[in-house]
Amino acid sequence: MKKIATGNKAVAEAVKQAGPDVVAAYPITPQTEIVEQVAEFVSSGELKSRYIPVESEHSAMAACIGASITGARTFTATSSHGLLYMHEMTNWAAGARLPVVMTNVNRSLGPGWNIWAEHTDALQERDTGWLQVYVSTVQEAYDATLMAFRIAEHNDVLLPVMVNLDGFLLSHIMQPLDTVELGDFIPPLTLPHAIDPKSPTGYGGLTGPDQHFKFRWDIERSMRDSVKVIDDTQKEFAKRFGRQYGFTEDYRCDDADVVVVAMGTLGKEAEVAIDLLRKEGIKAGSMRLRWLRPFPKLVLIGKEVVVIDRDYSFGRGGILATEIMAQTKEELFSVIAGIGGQEVTYEDVADFVRNRRMGTESWFGVNSNV
Amino acid sequence: MINNDRSSIALSRSPIRSPSLQELDIIAEIPKEEYVLKCTSACAGCSDSLALRYVLKAAGPDTVLVVPACCTSVIQGIWPNTAFNIPVYNIAFGAAAACASGMSNAFRKAGKKTNVIVYAGDGGTLDIGIQAMSGAFERGTDFLYVCYDNEAYGNTGMQRSGATPLGAKTTTTPTGKTDFKKDIDAIIAAHDPPYQATAAAAYPQDLFKKVQKALTFRGPSFIHVLAPCPPGWRYSTEKTVEMGKLAVKSGMWVLYEREYGKVTIGAQSKVAMKKPIPLEDYLAPQGRFKGIDPKTVDILKQRIVKNLAKLAAEEAAP
Repeated sequence: MKKIATGNKAVAEAVKQAGPDVVAAYPITPQTEIVEQVAEFVSSGELKSRYIPVESEHSAMAACIGASITGARTFTATSSHGLLYMHEMTNWAAGARLPVVMTNVNRSLGPGWNIWAEHTDALQERDTGWLQVYVSTVQEAYDATLMAFRIAEHNDVLLPVMVNLDGFLLSHIMQPLDTVELGDFIPPLTLPHAIDPKSPTGYGGLTGPDQHFKFRWDIERSMRDSVKVIDDTQKEFAKRFGRQYGFTEDYRCDDADVVVVAMGTLGKEAEVAIDLLRKEGIKAGSMRLRWLRPFPKLVLIGKEVVVIDRDYSFGRGGILATEIMAQTKEELFSVIAGIGGQEVTYEDVADFVRNRRMGTESWFGVNSNV
Repeated sequence: MINNDRSSIALSRSPIRSPSLQELDIIAEIPKEEYVLKCTSACAGCSDSLALRYVLKAAGPDTVLVVPACCTSVIQGIWPNTAFNIPVYNIAFGAAAACASGMSNAFRKAGKKTNVIVYAGDGGTLDIGIQAMSGAFERGTDFLYVCYDNEAYGNTGMQRSGATPLGAKTTTTPTGKTDFKKDIDAIIAAHDPPYQATAAAAYPQDLFKKVQKALTFRGPSFIHVLAPCPPGWRYSTEKTVEMGKLAVKSGMWVLYEREYGKVTIGAQSKVAMKKPIPLEDYLAPQGRFKGIDPKTVDILKQRIVKNLAKLAAEEAAP
């Protein structure tokens, strides 16, 4: 069914269709519309979930963990400081191998208070064992949320999935949304290690130095196995509903000499810049990274790479740039742009390409010639 | 990961051999089933495992225990073994009540009546876990929260907690705590749960009955159990039960229930109200109170009188 929706409303719509048994959430700008809408669906009976209005994000994730270990489907949503406040429990959810699905509306971190888009919040969760996908349109927010449940709950994965959408730039922007008849796209959840009082089991107790690494390795093993599950799920989604998704979204990359790599809405904005540059005779392409974890193999050989980071790791560099540097020998031009909602237009992105200085880093708005 | 040993041989070996407790085993209403099995790694004279034994006997097998970081997360033993014959979900320090909240909602959604019991120490209850606990009580979560209180952070080596009483020496209050014990029961009472009670590991029948009663209520209930700790309180291990009884007899610990707001003081504490033993009899055997300033003892005595008067007034209220 075709309609117009904000990114937040699209996520809530997908959650309604996925039908979690338990939703535990705490409001935070700019995620609030998701939890309000989900609460509304529960209240009207359209969604037969238990909605737990917890007193903090730490408790939101703890409640999802407690629910999930009984074999229940679970969902939560947060943003920024909320995500950081639940950091201890995001680690726990992944370590406990629980397929919690969470929407994170990407937002800057204080101080000072800033409610606008930035990816540093989710990237600080990079090493927790969560799968992470970044979306760029309202439609993709909806589609990725549906797929997240199927991927997380797949018994070859059993890891939590975080769907990231840019605060305001996507959460509050209205775009066309085509909802699907879900059918059996998300199979019923069968958690192999669900709690059963008839078979008493200890969960998460003491694990010695001779054992602990085995559990950590098992997370990595499943993270590697998730590549196939993601691929299969995206193909099945395309087959059923007609919309194609990959680990990256490549735009005019094949014959490109220079490729812009970015995540979220900036990655989409880059496509307009590419068309502009092509008109000028610059053979440019763009690669929007969708999945940060598991990190895909990027094909960038022989190309100049301009990476736009809406995030930063102080003392090291743009986080996406650093990730790509670890994988490719190609020289990068690392641009730090869009921090705290800083406005970045497609004209600006085109400038990053025109004025690129390979092997250097530049902060948009700080360094004069970018 | 599972210790499924429910054979009659395993169950017939009661892990506790003291004659007074063996007597309890012949009391018909306390089930023979053991959920705290042999080979816990608890210290000698531990009242955490003693209290838990009766909590689980009262709750029965259709129960999940949610345990934050505390002595109970340690005494289960090391993976792949567990000394508890009941599902135990271990969770981060400040998260037990929130985790239980999700679990309880998921069980009820699935139409299951499984008891969800948080079993947490005083640190995980009065300090780091208080926010999650307050939230869970405010939301009317259908669960039982048992706080076993050894009045300090036991498994990290006895640092002061919000539950440490005035004057007690801990590793972070080497000259004695200068602040009062936090009144967690009053804080819980402010949430007005259907049922709350205090208990002591030294009175296992009383604890057993209170747990059974608590589990008959829908919504949140709370039981605060005094759990004397030999290495932490610095008394000899065979005195654990005696120490709990001295706490009650001196009025330092009061046994009572609060059911739909109505307070009923327990028989043992009624005796203590009429004719308490000298507080010094409770303090003297404990190394943590060694060399306590007499003025501090006087303040503790005044607090006892004040607390008993407050509870008596609440009991007398219509």
